[in-house]
Amino acid sequence: MSDDWKLLDTSTPSGASSVEFTDLTGFKIFKFVFIDVNPATDNVKFQFNGSDDASSHTYDITKTTTYFDAQHKQDGNYGALNYKTNHDLAQSTGYQSLGYELGNGSDECLAGELHLFNPASTYVKHFYYVGNYYQNTEYTLNPYVAGYFNTTSAITALNFKMDSGNFDGVIKQYGLVAS
Amino acid sequence: MSGKLTLISSATASGSSSIEFTSGIDDSFDEYVFYFVDINPATDNTDFVFLGSSNGGTDYGVDKVTTSWRAKHTESASTSFGYVTGYDHPLDGTEKQWLAYGVGSDSDESTAGIFHIFNPSSAYVKHFYSRFNVYSASIETTDLFIAGYWNTTSVIDAVQFKMISGNFDGVIQMYGIS
Repeated sequence: MSDDWKLLDTSTPSGASSVEFTDLTGFKIFKFVFIDVNPATDNVKFQFNGSDDASSHTYDITKTTTYFDAQHKQDGNYGALNYKTNHDLAQSTGYQSLGYELGNGSDECLAGELHLFNPASTYVKHFYYVGNYYQNTEYTLNPYVAGYFNTTSAITALNFKMDSGNFDGVIKQYGLVAS
Repeated sequence: MSGKLTLISSATASGSSSIEFTSGIDDSFDEYVFYFVDINPATDNTDFVFLGSSNGGTDYGVDKVTTSWRAKHTESASTSFGYVTGYDHPLDGTEKQWLAYGVGSDSDESTAGIFHIFNPSSAYVKHFYSRFNVYSASIETTDLFIAGYWNTTSVIDAVQFKMISGNFDGVIQMYGIS
């Protein structure tokens, strides 16, 4: 039984269209840590989806999710906390956003952590995310995303991408609670 | 501080009325975290709660004050967001504190999350917070946040988790953070 989070995989996308993690076995909790995620295209969404395929993964798992964020502009205005109905999902197979309107400037990026609970479970698969990013019109945005993959099938892979264009960054996969 | 986790205790609930951690909560760590996986009640639409003890689990009546807020989204796309009264506690709250409410009992319904306790041997009050995601009996996802403190200068040395009605299955692991 593992005591601490075990680093399982590190991906360093550089001009990549997407990143896949295709081994979600051996642990009951997975954590994905995002560092310096910088899109090539301005004003885009950073997103993820799951697959239940054994190989040749298609990312189309039905999800119901929540999305809210805190915002504050660099000029000191527009501090707010809001639920975002245009970034949550209700029984959708589409990608779930972990940030929107990302800036692509040379100093602009996203960082955060996504927890996924027991992707091999016979129950739905819960997840939650917290992060922070540099929005393209000079805001800091602090999103909280959560929900479940509404399937009793195992989630076998996760895919991360921008909704347009490529991206750079580091994504690390950790496991906890050996199964 | 390294943030390293040390596994202290693991419990697997299977038709259990409660799970108690009555050892290992002491001054060995400044912070403890519990992970909850596949928590599934036998009774539909019930609540997953915790209580603290200052006498090793002999009784669980430690006074606390708490907050509760959440984001909710139904599978039919109705949303709700904000503070939720009724799942918090005033200072006379010696009873249970909710971690997740309205949990569904169907074969695919469950809740999962984390629960942190800070310095349970402190001479100050003892702070805690949690975040759970719930597949609720009303067919919706809830992102639920609880925080507060046990209003005692005595140690907290045991914690109990249970449903307010019926038994439950699931895995709970307690770690110390150093």
